[in-house]
Amino acid sequence: MALFEARHIHKRFGDQVVLEDISLAFQEGTMNGIMGPNGAGKTTCFNVLTGRFSPERGSVSFAGADITGLKPREIARRGIARSFQIMNLFDDYSAIENVLIAVPEVREKGFNMVQQLNGGSSAMDKAAEVLRKVGLAGREQENAAALSYGERRALEIAVALAAEPRLLFLDEPTSGLGAEGTARLFDLIAELKESYTIVAIEHDMAFLFGLADRISVIHWGQVIAQGTPDELRANKWVQASNLGKLA
Amino acid sequence: MQQTKAQPTFWITRQMLVLFAVLGTMPLWAESVGLYQYLGVEIVIWMIFALGFNLLLGYTGLPSFGHGAFFGLGAYAFGLVQHELAVSLWLGLLGAVALAAAGGGLVACFLSHRRGIYFALMSIAFGQVFWFVAIKWHAVTGGEDGLLNIPRPAFDFGVGHLALDNNTALFYFVLAVLAVVIIGLWRLVHSPFGKVIQAVKQNEMRTAFVGYNVWLFKWSAFTISAAVAGLAGGLFAMAQESAYPDVMSLHASGFVVMMTLIGGGFVSFWGPVIGAAVFFLARDLLGSMTETWLLWYGLMFMAVVVFKPEGIAGAWQDMVKRRSSGRERGGHAGAALAAQLKR
Repeated sequence: MALFEARHIHKRFGDQVVLEDISLAFQEGTMNGIMGPNGAGKTTCFNVLTGRFSPERGSVSFAGADITGLKPREIARRGIARSFQIMNLFDDYSAIENVLIAVPEVREKGFNMVQQLNGGSSAMDKAAEVLRKVGLAGREQENAAALSYGERRALEIAVALAAEPRLLFLDEPTSGLGAEGTARLFDLIAELKESYTIVAIEHDMAFLFGLADRISVIHWGQVIAQGTPDELRANKWVQASNLGKLA
Repeated sequence: MQQTKAQPTFWITRQMLVLFAVLGTMPLWAESVGLYQYLGVEIVIWMIFALGFNLLLGYTGLPSFGHGAFFGLGAYAFGLVQHELAVSLWLGLLGAVALAAAGGGLVACFLSHRRGIYFALMSIAFGQVFWFVAIKWHAVTGGEDGLLNIPRPAFDFGVGHLALDNNTALFYFVLAVLAVVIIGLWRLVHSPFGKVIQAVKQNEMRTAFVGYNVWLFKWSAFTISAAVAGLAGGLFAMAQESAYPDVMSLHASGFVVMMTLIGGGFVSFWGPVIGAAVFFLARDLLGSMTETWLLWYGLMFMAVVVFKPEGIAGAWQDMVKRRSSGRERGGHAGAALAAQLKR
């Protein structure tokens, strides 16, 4: 059984149908890509899958349990973390504080009003480890707002990773990155892939085809093609819709 | 160098010692600089109020313009306990905190899924409701006159008791309460809870997506803040020996906002403390020169908002930063010079 499964998801805003009968399944231990043109409904799809919006119809299940319509915090606590396309950080916090707040150990103590969050704690060590993993070692005390664009992108992923998720959703991780930044991110995700189940929305075809085990193409709010990178390269829909040319 | 180890947080900090030293000696020097003993009582009480208020404004990012309601609830509760139940300091203050927390908790149920302008407007509306009830419910609140002749119960500490009917004794009592509030809130804002409410202030959506119940954190911050306001209100009723609806009015709620902002509550824990002191000194010093002191204070408020929105504490931090970076630059120059000399 798939770790995560969405069945026949419908979502509309007013009379605008954004998602129409979307079904997706992600197996544990795989890297899954979602691609499609701008406005195809990819981010809305993410928002429905991670609880920001609830679908009009359809169901979402994770690790065998129905999570349809649960709130973002409930979904997060079940082990699904996500990063955002438009950067969504705690700008007044240092890099390490951004990560620290997402560490489960800290989350469980959220209503503790007496204990102090200081150096030397295991949560702090975990946060530092996550920053090291995404290449931000040495930048711990820098304010998130003062980091460079590429570093903020890395921090965006670090906040999601800090939650120690079973499933990691990444919304356009390469968005706005140059060739060098993209190459570095490629290495990072290749490494993360070994230990996490990942779903990534991505525009960069070379990036996605190089990393993903399976790819789903979303267009007009529907899944128009699904398969391994090789299958998709051969798919006439993909070829016809200009999506495969870069791969 | 890897710097993951933050400074340990102490129960008592240097700033606290300075503040307690300045305030603790105030009865000795207040009169020689033209102030009077009761002023200290008022300043300290409003410091407590403003500190609690800033938990909401500065730390959680929620602008409440109706916080006078909880200050007032505390004042009435203190008076009612003395009149109806028993003349008791602890029971009175307990009642003040409990009623304000209950009122705050109730209001917070309606406010906690709002933020920004909607939160602000609804907080005004609720504040007005409490104010209106205080004026109209004669049987309980005494209407516009308020509750009069509230006694100042003695400070009973088991083996003995200390009369608080003179202002100096009362001053030291409220100062002790302030110390407890400061130490408690200092712990609170550095605890995991404190970190989460600051995260809510910066980015509500991300806080929810990393797994926190944002609504409950906002509710808790509001309720704690209201409870502290109630404590201050209870002390105020004792100091004034009365409780009246004026403290619940919109302009009284506005005062605490202005104090907190002028002092620099957005950037510093100490902002509300500085702001409360400045407010009362302005009232008395400007007030002795002109009847229109509030006009000048209002202009000062506008000047702060326009030129230094981070308030007095923000200006102070800038100054310290400038001085230390000046030193650093000097250090770099020195190092460069040393390098040159080596060569």
